[in-house]
Amino acid sequence: MKLIAAMSGGVDSAVAAARAVEAGHDVIGVHLALSSNPQKYRSGARGCCTIEDSHDARRAADVIGIPFYIWDMAEEFHDGVVEDFLAEYAAGRTPNPCLRCNEKIKFAAVLDRARAMGFDGVVTGHYARTQISDSGKTLHRAVDHSKDQSYVLSVLTVEQIEGAIFPLGDTTKVDIRKEAEARGLAVAQKPDSHDICFVPSGDNAGWLRDRLGSEVGPIVDQNGVKIGEHKGAYTYTIGQRKGLGLTVPTADGSPRFVLKIEPVSNTVVVGAREDLAVTTMRGERAVWCGPAATDQHQRGFVQVRAHGAALPCSYFYDGNFLTAQLDEPLLGLATGQAMVIYDGDRVVGSATICETA
Amino acid sequence: MVEEALIAMTAQLARLGNPSSLHTHGRATRKTLEDAREVIAKEVGCLPSEVIFTASGTEANNTALKGLYWQGRDKGKHVVVISSIEHHAIVDPAHWLEVHEGAEIIQIPVNADGVIDLKFLTDLVATRGNEIAVISVMHANNETGVIQPIRTVVDIAGEIPVHTDAAQSFKKVPLSFAELGVYAMSLSAHKTGGPLGIGALILRRAVEIPALLHGGGQEREIRSGTLNAPAIVAFAAAAKSKYYDSAKVSALRDSFIAGITSALPEVIVNGLKADRLPGIVNITFPGTQSDTLLLLMDAQNISCSTGSACSAGVHEASHVLLAMGHNEVSAQSSLRFSFGATSTSADVDFAVSVLPDVITRGRAANLS
Repeated sequence: MKLIAAMSGGVDSAVAAARAVEAGHDVIGVHLALSSNPQKYRSGARGCCTIEDSHDARRAADVIGIPFYIWDMAEEFHDGVVEDFLAEYAAGRTPNPCLRCNEKIKFAAVLDRARAMGFDGVVTGHYARTQISDSGKTLHRAVDHSKDQSYVLSVLTVEQIEGAIFPLGDTTKVDIRKEAEARGLAVAQKPDSHDICFVPSGDNAGWLRDRLGSEVGPIVDQNGVKIGEHKGAYTYTIGQRKGLGLTVPTADGSPRFVLKIEPVSNTVVVGAREDLAVTTMRGERAVWCGPAATDQHQRGFVQVRAHGAALPCSYFYDGNFLTAQLDEPLLGLATGQAMVIYDGDRVVGSATICETA
Repeated sequence: MVEEALIAMTAQLARLGNPSSLHTHGRATRKTLEDAREVIAKEVGCLPSEVIFTASGTEANNTALKGLYWQGRDKGKHVVVISSIEHHAIVDPAHWLEVHEGAEIIQIPVNADGVIDLKFLTDLVATRGNEIAVISVMHANNETGVIQPIRTVVDIAGEIPVHTDAAQSFKKVPLSFAELGVYAMSLSAHKTGGPLGIGALILRRAVEIPALLHGGGQEREIRSGTLNAPAIVAFAAAAKSKYYDSAKVSALRDSFIAGITSALPEVIVNGLKADRLPGIVNITFPGTQSDTLLLLMDAQNISCSTGSACSAGVHEASHVLLAMGHNEVSAQSSLRFSFGATSTSADVDFAVSVLPDVITRGRAANLS
């Protein structure tokens, strides 16, 4: 196949490209420039689109022996990922930008462009697997569960999965680093990237405050009694305990947690740990990685965080909303996160959490 | 590199001797090097003492622009005039002078064919001539090949020092430092079949400018540093070589233009009406993005170029095409094709045959 390998400058995408070449594909390396004003150097483990990273990607492509180009996706990334991130926080939700990037950039803008240019698909260094079954190509967890990235890929449609190649799904990260070393790739020991790539400082709250303002609002308890103040409700996450700055103690001295964020009144509601308990969640904008779920209740697992546990549940889809009922209550679930349904290690589909109870 | 240059360079690499040394080996290298200087001087129409070797055309540009500015500033002149289509090796040092050294930069606009506006320059010199430290206008543009009227610029400038970046022109079109009448001219060896990493600043004798590099006092104390004898003799060998046949390259270029415009009538050949270098064609393909086209052409083993890339490698709209009146979109839809001494009519035919399909795919990718 003729493939585009998306190369971030990290070890995973470099090995993925090398493996695709070895598998006999005709591969071209592409580095996505996602910032219109990139930093010169990486600071620690943050960010993945500095000039240094693009040089690392180019060097890896040269060592592998494939052509290499840079595609400017800064505008698409800003409109599809950064703006969405801001709008979601402004609406009191907690978004996952990596998911949006896969949905709108890597397997949309890049894949569409690649297909139009005569390529068959896009290779990435994601830790996930695909399998061909009777119902077509399906998406599965990686063998290395600690690195599994199927959660952030759960927004891919069947058609997008058709064009996605994940060569690393069968290997552990430790072995990928060893393989990179053996292949002479200088990025073999480069630190993993964490956090949000477009917030290079790692200070999400400060970054949001710069863009959304820092309007002071009340922190109230469940009875609506004001017990503190905050500088922007959107910098809080459901279930958050630290950094509330509350000086009025609870009667029994137990800690308080963020229960609710009300963007319109700019209010943060706090309460006891047990009030965080969620047994039912509803999600909108469902995407199916295979056949769609139906209104028949089915058994499966739901995952609500990128590296969270798979929670046993039953789920159904009424055509508008995906609902999951947990066997055991979960503490602290933020709206805006993705709820991803698994059937064993197969990704059934996902939706954006809009309601919990 | 042309064969003569390769042979000269290889032979010189095996010879010992720092040309600044006074012993026999040093004198031998010095002799070879001065022979090379004379060869280049003859080819370029200047005196041997006017040749100052540098490590690149970029260094020659920096030395000339900064040196002439500093010299002028000492006499109260703070304006640096450049054209709006200069190479980054002039645009960026000019910007640096503005930010760090108190220069005021004025850019001469160009017309739709990419030729500088001589009326603008005439008016500027008439109104602010006594403030101008240096005027720098490239001899021919690297993206479009459009040749600039340097002799007229010199006439308009009068006493004001004029520098020209002639890296693209040397050996491609007749070029004489003396006839142009400029104060300074930059050359780059690898543009003429010579090695990478060697260039020259041709600087009028008796013009003394402050140096960028200080040290052993080589090259009229304007460019200290041990001279790179192997690269210099190779530069001279390339300069003397008759490998480049301008008429043949021009004919290839014209047949390429004819082929493309007949297959794709909607394309725009930039600078078509102007006097141009033999080997450069710049074409706008409406509805495409040049980086996509480059990838698709590369896959066919055809190397072409987009305007320029920023430090992160992202293709940017060419400032040259923008200056010629293109908007961001059409400037980003343009490719430069270069033809060299070894290009053949089969190369041209092949490029013309694959371009329509590349453009179709490029348009589809642009819409996706």
